Amino acid sequence: MTIQIWTWIIVGITFSLYIGIAIWSKVGSTKDFYVAGSGVSPLANGLATAADWMSAASFISMAGIISFEGYDGSVYLMGWTGGYVLLALLLAPYLRKFGKFTVPDFIGDRYYSNTARSVAVFCALLVSFTYVAGQMQGVGIVFSRFLEVDILTGVIIGMVIVLFYAVLGGMKGITYTQVAQYCVLIFAFMVPAIFISIQMTGHFIPQLGFGSTDENGIYLLDKLDDLHKDLGFSAYTKGNKSMLDVFCITAALMVGTAGLPHVIVRFFTVKKVADARKSAGWALLFIAILYTTAPAISVFSRANLIETVSNKKYVDMPDWFKKWEATGLITFTDKNQDQVIQYVASRELNELEVNRDIMVLANPEIANLPNWVIALVAAGGLAAALSTAAGLLLVISSSVAHDLIKRMINPKISEKGELISARVAAVVAVCVAGYFGVNPPGFVAAVVALAFGLAAASFFPAIILGIFYKKMNKQGAISGMIVGILLMLFYITKFKFGWWLGGNQECWWLGVSPEGFGSVAMIANFIVSIIVSKFTPDPPKEVQKIVENIRIPSGAGAAHNH
Amino acid sequence: MKEYWKHNLKYLVFLLTIWFLVSFGAGIIFVTQLNEVKIAGFKLGFWFAQQGAIYTFVILIIVYIRLMNKLDQKFGFHEDDNF
Repeated sequence: MTIQIWTWIIVGITFSLYIGIAIWSKVGSTKDFYVAGSGVSPLANGLATAADWMSAASFISMAGIISFEGYDGSVYLMGWTGGYVLLALLLAPYLRKFGKFTVPDFIGDRYYSNTARSVAVFCALLVSFTYVAGQMQGVGIVFSRFLEVDILTGVIIGMVIVLFYAVLGGMKGITYTQVAQYCVLIFAFMVPAIFISIQMTGHFIPQLGFGSTDENGIYLLDKLDDLHKDLGFSAYTKGNKSMLDVFCITAALMVGTAGLPHVIVRFFTVKKVADARKSAGWALLFIAILYTTAPAISVFSRANLIETVSNKKYVDMPDWFKKWEATGLITFTDKNQDQVIQYVASRELNELEVNRDIMVLANPEIANLPNWVIALVAAGGLAAALSTAAGLLLVISSSVAHDLIKRMINPKISEKGELISARVAAVVAVCVAGYFGVNPPGFVAAVVALAFGLAAASFFPAIILGIFYKKMNKQGAISGMIVGILLMLFYITKFKFGWWLGGNQECWWLGVSPEGFGSVAMIANFIVSIIVSKFTPDPPKEVQKIVENIRIPSGAGAAHNH
Repeated sequence: MKEYWKHNLKYLVFLLTIWFLVSFGAGIIFVTQLNEVKIAGFKLGFWFAQQGAIYTFVILIIVYIRLMNKLDQKFGFHEDDNF
């Protein structure tokens, strides 16, 4: 059977599964819609959190980026997993005990202020919209490459599916489809990895495989370092970035992860505080399976790619090369007219451009794996993109329906009315996301850095101080968040968009890239918050009582039902 | 209550120190020095940055869950249920 038929079959089966779950989990109350009735088991929540978290970027792009950046790519591996330690230890248990529906809920109530709430809603919407556009784009790429439909049709199919289970099933529908999606995506990620590991090293565990030897007895990583040296790239295990920049990017990604509203909200769905801790443990375990496999895939595919193309005749290129060339994601320009591919670091001499995103998608073809494995990867990519998109849409819809309408504009709205507005908000959000998926703004890469930076610079300090510093008041928290956000926006627009006189790499403050600046903005937030709070009145007694209360794990169920 | 919180903070400091050491320490600050050591095909610093830190993170959360469950029990904050 051809790849295309396999893909239709596998994608068809997985999509019917998602729809089936949506119909089964139809919800009727806002509590079900926002937090799945807080009745999800820790294991299911761990699986759902893992799928929620691992996006098109984790599944499709990450291994490719590491493959091209080598050691520098470690920032994503450590950053996107280390954040879970912060989540589990510093945020999840207390926020669950607090027992509301959303992150702006916590900020608004803890800082007894609707201004704080509005700032939080603004951040939640900004972060979630930038993120969701990337997911829809991922859906479009997979559909156009594997099913040969145009991107528009692909995105629309994806939108309809997500709409169906997010609007009908709310958080409950999303949770159980995410459980299924995790299984699909991890299977799709591991099968080719294991195949290739056996092919290249004889090890069936990829995590060990990439530290072992090839058929000639040479360590794979040593071979790659040598290949890189020969072609003029910096050594694979060394990297290019400065230590300070690697440090800052890792920190920004960790803290940003811990501050992302669509991840935090998942911990509101379990029954009690102990379950919140436990599900963070499960979540990281499930995430770690993919995240420790990804760097192995990077090494395998990097070595495979260089050996397949470097100094080889263009006419001898295999099928996959031509196919990806047709999509424009591989381009070959024969600069010296010798019909041979020169793939080197030097800009003038290099003749081959390979898009990083195709490494995972093309990997099974490069390694000559059977057609069903290739189709499986397509289904896995879709599962990763859709599960994250759904989680983000829920944040958008609950921010609008709950935080904006119910808590600020019209507190008297009925349960039914709130549920309707949540569903309408979800529909509108899907359409906006779909539009950006089809017409991706040129700055997608920049806005992802912005999303993490903003989460790090706004939510993280406000939540941490809210839990661990009883005397933090609204003046401190609000001014801290505003300073953090403005600093972050300034730095990104200056160095990514060229506003405020722009500037190049040499102008970065202390050599910190915009991707890593979130950690600087976060520190600024902490400092401003603490200083301002020292000069303004203490928070009211009731609020200090709330803080004492969230530090004790028992009684979370009751807290939830008020 | 105060006692419980103090214990909690002590655990946090201990676990977050390890968290910092394996990632920012071994994977970033001391990566060059550790890369001198080689285990199988892995340079040690590189291994920490791309593998070791992640394994340690998982273990840290598991340890935290155990410590806190014990602490909850000791102070009577433990909630029985059906697991």
